[in-house]
Amino acid sequence: MKIKGSAAYWMIFPTLLIISIVAFFPLFKTFYDSFFSFSLRPGIERRFVGLENYKNLLRDVRFVNALKNTIFFTVVSVSIETVLGLIIALIVHQKFTLRGIVRAAMLVPWAIPTAISSQMWRWMFHDQFGIMTRLWERIGIITPGTPILGRPGLAMWAIIFVDVWKTTPFMALLILAGLQVIPEDIYEAAKIDGANSIQRFFKITLPLVTPTIAVALIFRTLDALRVFDVVYIMTRGAVNTETLAVYNRHVLMDRAFTGAWFGYGSAISVFIFMLIMIFAIIYIKSLKLRLD
Amino acid sequence: MNVVRKTLFYGLVILIFVWCVFPLYWAFVSSIKPDRDLFEKNPTFIPRRITFENYVKVFKERPFHVNIKNSIIVAGVTTILSLAVGSLSAYSIARIKFRGKKIVMSLILSVSMFPQISILGSIFLILRALKLINTYTGLILPYTAMNIPLTVWVLQNFFRELPKEIEEAAFIDGASKFRTLWSIVLPMSAPGLVATGLLTFIASWNEFLFALTFMQRPNLYTVPVAIALFKGASQYEIPWGQLMAAAVVVTMPLVILVLIFQNRIIAGLSAGAMKG
Repeated sequence: MKIKGSAAYWMIFPTLLIISIVAFFPLFKTFYDSFFSFSLRPGIERRFVGLENYKNLLRDVRFVNALKNTIFFTVVSVSIETVLGLIIALIVHQKFTLRGIVRAAMLVPWAIPTAISSQMWRWMFHDQFGIMTRLWERIGIITPGTPILGRPGLAMWAIIFVDVWKTTPFMALLILAGLQVIPEDIYEAAKIDGANSIQRFFKITLPLVTPTIAVALIFRTLDALRVFDVVYIMTRGAVNTETLAVYNRHVLMDRAFTGAWFGYGSAISVFIFMLIMIFAIIYIKSLKLRLD
Repeated sequence: MNVVRKTLFYGLVILIFVWCVFPLYWAFVSSIKPDRDLFEKNPTFIPRRITFENYVKVFKERPFHVNIKNSIIVAGVTTILSLAVGSLSAYSIARIKFRGKKIVMSLILSVSMFPQISILGSIFLILRALKLINTYTGLILPYTAMNIPLTVWVLQNFFRELPKEIEEAAFIDGASKFRTLWSIVLPMSAPGLVATGLLTFIASWNEFLFALTFMQRPNLYTVPVAIALFKGASQYEIPWGQLMAAAVVVTMPLVILVLIFQNRIIAGLSAGAMKG
């Protein structure tokens, strides 16, 4: 089929225009602005400060704390989601009655907007009338009268809990897709050779589904490192739950008119970008491995 | 032994099911309870009295219908724009040989890796300079950019799998590239368009960070922002019954849509998650 190549450029042009204006240019601008001190408030002079904003990052206790919280949230939630996701995937991979309905139900947490499900959970964690609060009291995780979302430590666990609720079923569905492509006859052959179910799991299932898990895991890590919605809605970053994205938005928007914070906020944005890019590169590398 | 194992297995299955749907169930139950039953130390799983007062109030006492309208406009236009712009790119990537294709593809896909927070401040400044803060356009543009990578990726995979012969025949008959795309390729790709369109719509309907930052008047809030910033008569008094009613109203259509299209969504998402 002979088509002029120039037609292709016209067809791609609108896409490139849009992503240039609202993705590449803003990214470049964030880098550029991070070397300046400026404010949206009129009367504050914009001046070049070099790397000063970046030097200040390490001295900023609130930033360091947000970084710690983000790493804690990411490591804990992604680990739980992966392990639980694998277990659930193995369960719904079995044949049983009403399997279709259970698999459909697993899409529900993903389908509800995070902002909305966070409010549903905030109600369930309500210090006086929350049903989850009642449950945690009954099991003995907390003593009666403890406000879960008002206690440092506990609040972060509640946030992780909500994230695990939202993401695990989805993770399970992705892993399930990986399980479904493993051919049945491998299992049959192993059975004939006398391998029991535990051996079959560790020698066949796990190695074959590992690439799928790895990709899902890195994908989730990228998401967890920039977590915003659930934290912002459940606690607004109070009681030591502030993550990088929540702190970043606070510096950029809440302090936009109070002082020369915008350059510093841009430096935080660049930091988050770099952090996520490291994982993105690992992600791409692991994909290449998989395609080879 | 077999019976024990079976019981245990079904126990786990039921646990998974309840775990997934309980918050939605609880939101619904809470929304139809009158306040005196709602604010009770030991709430009941099945409401003793039913009222739809909260559903009436949510539209009467606040501009929630306006918020729904905002979300429909923003998510709807974003979906149409992403599909229109994205399918052009996807088609040329799938079917036309041109120089720099790999670079173009990596540029487009790299956008899907951008953390939104990293461009939040700059987009705010740009929109402010263009006087687009508090406008639909100010949200639609960034949303389209966010959704284009997945659209292009899924659609170009889809286009590649269509039989080439029909397009060639159309081309020989003198149809232009655009015409072939419009009257032959797109109709044949309806399932792919529906799946990506749905994912785009859901992503835009759910987006929170940009909507929270670029829309600063309550009558311009989208649904997630309106629900996140739900206020009562006083600062300390959140009308939980109304809040849950609002949550149910906007979640139900979404859940039903997802259940209807579940197979396509899972296929589209795993394509996006695995390769995008």
